[in-house]
This record gives sequence, structure tokens and C-alpha cells, in this order.
Amino acid sequence: MTLPEPEFEAECIRRILAGEKHLFHDLIRPCERSIYFLLFSLLKNETEAEDVAQETVIKVYQNLDKFRGESQFRTWVLSIARNEGLGRLRKIGNRREDSLDAETDEQTGDYTPAILTSWREIPAEALEKKELGAILRKAIEGLPEIYRNVVLLRDIEEMDIRETAAALGISEASVKVRLHRARAMLQRSLAPQLKGFAPKRKGWFRGRA
Amino acid sequence: MRIDCKHVWGHISAYIDNDVDPELRAEIDRHLETCEICSAVLDSTRNVVILMADDRVFELPVGFSDRLHARIDRELEQHTDLYGSTP
Repeated sequence: MTLPEPEFEAECIRRILAGEKHLFHDLIRPCERSIYFLLFSLLKNETEAEDVAQETVIKVYQNLDKFRGESQFRTWVLSIARNEGLGRLRKIGNRREDSLDAETDEQTGDYTPAILTSWREIPAEALEKKELGAILRKAIEGLPEIYRNVVLLRDIEEMDIRETAAALGISEASVKVRLHRARAMLQRSLAPQLKGFAPKRKGWFRGRA
Repeated sequence: MRIDCKHVWGHISAYIDNDVDPELRAEIDRHLETCEICSAVLDSTRNVVILMADDRVFELPVGFSDRLHARIDRELEQHTDLYGSTP
């Protein structure tokens, strides 16, 4: 992920609005991945996600003079992407059973993890294997939408809790609860499958924060 | 206070994100020292989180960026009246 640079963005926006329109390419480039994956998580379809990503970017350009700098630029862009994505979902009448804006998932529930001891360390070379990516994508696509969005932004695009909450229009507490559920579900579904990528050495990459 | 496995599982996500208070973190650490099951659950959950963050796992479709910027170019050409004047 490319980290946002607020000063670069502010300068870029100022110059674009003053007429240096070509700078919009540089402004939007760091947001591309996040836009696409957020839309893909909503629409679950590559072609649709790409199409709406293009519409989002055009909309961002046309409304750039309305960006007030009260939030991060990328957060603002993603809220536009989300709206465009929801609009497309309504249009194609593909509103799935899992409610798109349900806040009803906050009750506590027990998530029993998959108990295993044979898959604990990730061999770096496993990442090179295409099937690992496919297994992960499939597991994430199988999550209910409210969890999938949070995982996409927080764990795949590595946004912080605050930005994820702002982009999705939910509270930080909801982000944490959903993230916890999502990770537990993924651990359950992935851990047994990933046993095939057996540990080769110990102590590879511990800790994240 | 001695915490049990279920209690630990309830905090695993926050623990990975370093978002538990120091007291609870110490309790969890103490539990992990002696509980092979919870350490395995923690490691595998953390592995899932690490794997997801790898750019090679989630790649943009081939040509996505090129097509996006070509579309932007078309927009910039079509709407020359938007914003300032072309320098």
C-alpha cells in the first residue's frame, strides 16, 4: 500500500483546481488499489468493480473542488467509491441477504477457533504459490459483506481503524468487532486448508503491530 | 485473575493489533506461555492477517491501471472547462 501524503495531496489538489489537470493522475494513483478492492468486496465481480472504479475516479475528479480537507483524501475517495458501488448494486438488483448496513451484528457470540498445531509459521516461498492466493481470495469472498469490507480495508489495504470506520461510515467499535469476527472466521476456514503449506522454519515474521 | 482459553480467543484480534491494555496483554502472555492451543490459534490467525497484507495475494487485474488512466485522460480532454484554464 502506498501511504497517503497529505501535503502532496493538498498541493496537488490546489494545482489541479488552478488548471494543472494532468496532476490528477498522480493524485489518484495511491488510491487505486483501495478503490478497486473496496468495490470488489461489494460487487464480487472483477468487471463490475473495474467499471465502477472508473466511474468513481471520474466522479472524484468532477467533485474535487468540493473536497474540504476535513478527512483524509483517500477516506473521501473511498466514501465516494462505496456510494457508487452501492448504487451499482441496487441497479443490478443484487442486494444480497446479508444486510449492507446492518448494525445488528454487535452482540457477542462465541467463535471457536480451529484448533491446530501444524500450521503456525508461514514459509515465505508459500506466498509465491498461486493457489495460496486463490484459497485466501475464496475465503474472503465467502465472508458476509459487512465483514468482508472491513477485512479488505483493514487487513488487505492496511488502513487504520479510524480510516476504515470513516470510509465505511460505521463506528470504530463496529470496525473492531467485525474485524475480530472476520479474522476468526478466516482462521477457522483457512487454517485447516493451509496446513498444506507446512512450516519449513520457525520464527519467520512474528508480530505485526 | 487467571484467564481461560475462550477469554483469550475473544481478544485475539485486538491482541494482534496491539489494542489491548497492558494488564490484559500480560495476562494473555502468561496464558500463552503455557497453552499450546491458544498459541497455535494466535499464530495461525496472525498468519492469516500477514498473508492478506501481501500484495502478491491480492493483485489488481492486469491492465487495470492503464485503462483507468486512459479513462481519466478522456475525461480531462472532454471537460476542458472544468477547473482553471489549461496552462
